[in-house]
Amino acid sequence: MNLELTASNVYKSYNGNQVIRDCSYSFDMCDIYILTGPNGSGKSTFLRICALLENPDRGEIEYSSEQRVLKKDLELRRRITLVLPRVGVFNASVYRNISYGLAIRGIKGGDFREKVNRMIEFVGLRNKKDQNALTLSSGETQRLGIARALIIEPGILFLDEPTTSVDQANTGIIEDIILKMKEEHKTTVVVATHDKDQAKRLGDKVLMMNDGKIIPT
Amino acid sequence: MYSITEAFKKAFVLILNLDPELLGIIFLSLKVSGLALLIATLLGLPIGAFMGMKRFPLKGIIVNILNTFMGLPPVVVGLFVYLLLSRSGPFGFMGLLYTPSAMVIAQTILAFPIVASLSNSAIIGVDPVIRQASMTLGATRSQVTIAVIKEARYGIISAVIAAFGRVMAEVGAILIVGGNIAGYTRVMTTTIALETDKGDFELALALGIILLSISLIINSTIHLIQKKGEAGINR
Ligand SMILES: Nc1ncnc2c1ncn2[C@@H]1O[C@H](COP(=O)(O)OP(=O)(O)OP(=O)(O)O)[C@@H](O)[C@H]1O
Ligand SMILES: [Mg+2]
Repeated sequence: MNLELTASNVYKSYNGNQVIRDCSYSFDMCDIYILTGPNGSGKSTFLRICALLENPDRGEIEYSSEQRVLKKDLELRRRITLVLPRVGVFNASVYRNISYGLAIRGIKGGDFREKVNRMIEFVGLRNKKDQNALTLSSGETQRLGIARALIIEPGILFLDEPTTSVDQANTGIIEDIILKMKEEHKTTVVVATHDKDQAKRLGDKVLMMNDGKIIPT
Repeated sequence: MYSITEAFKKAFVLILNLDPELLGIIFLSLKVSGLALLIATLLGLPIGAFMGMKRFPLKGIIVNILNTFMGLPPVVVGLFVYLLLSRSGPFGFMGLLYTPSAMVIAQTILAFPIVASLSNSAIIGVDPVIRQASMTLGATRSQVTIAVIKEARYGIISAVIAAFGRVMAEVGAILIVGGNIAGYTRVMTTTIALETDKGDFELALALGIILLSISLIINSTIHLIQKKGEAGINR
């Protein structure tokens, strides 16, 4: 079941500084959206609000599935995920990091191990499985962040600058993962990026954020 | 005139023979301090964690008080507990003065601010992005808290060990509230004080050697844990 997200007239300010102003947009089923825009235009803030990490000051974030508006409870929160620009790796092995989402959902046993191992394989970290995740390179760390998010099979996945400070090869790997997610799992993916070419390679829809507002391109 | 070398020799004989009196004293020390540490941790860790993760009024003042109490003079704590437990004090009816329980109470008061304050710092030191990351992965509030505490684990273990070192080494508080009764409330530090006073150095020296070894073990353990906590962190 897919998730649709509608943001309507969202406002957010920090210490009197208006960061998001009157921002509206509808994200439909299983597309890849590219969110670009200058530094400080509010992309990260908008993604945090969409991922229900923060509440808007005004306006509405609405998730729906098959025409039905969903309550913003734990169940919904568990179908949405955001990979932060600084991933926030736990001081534990790669395996433990990637399995976190399953562990907190109380999933156990052989099914658990199989899923984790498959995901580790999927992002190409098999030979790093038992390594402390804090020792990974930037590219590997981003892949870890994506794997950790994908293992929970989100209905909608937000990625905040997943390929900034990542080399070409790793960027390619990450982009392949994103494309596969859309094709195989029908996941809606929203990627904030400064990479113009990435927008061309991935994007079904390219959105431009300027001064706290998504403007049509 | 007592020769120092003679005293050392006899001290080692006591240790090597596993002298029953010596063992009893060591055992009581470990029991009293261990129990005090356990209680201080059960109280101090949640409080330290709570203060590290929540905002509430007067928080700054409370943190300051805890930091100050980390350096409480043991004799002052002893005096305070004595006043509470002495026959005319508010808890005098419980008859705890000059029992191991009184010593546990005094040492708990000494250990608590150390555990609370140092684990608070450890938790404040956890990168805020950890909290956000576990939220994005669908953690409940308590699961977020657990994730943060786990990240602070090395600092928390060091806090507990530091508190243990402090209570094992102190003499002022337990001397006042325990009374140094042979075979009942006599622990390592109080025995050293008493035996030295009497001029019987062999038992005092034997205990001193053991106390020093325990300190050494504690310090190297903290060092190892901190090393392990930093190991493999590139940033
Ligand atoms: N928690 C916060 N507290 C105060 N100000 C904030 C906070 N989060 C964001 N801001 C401010 O909001 C503005 C927009 O920030 P945001 O990170 O959303 O921009 P961005 O489009 O993601 O920029 P970049 O391309 O550099 O990542 C910035 O001016 C930033 O300083
Ligand atoms: Mg940003």
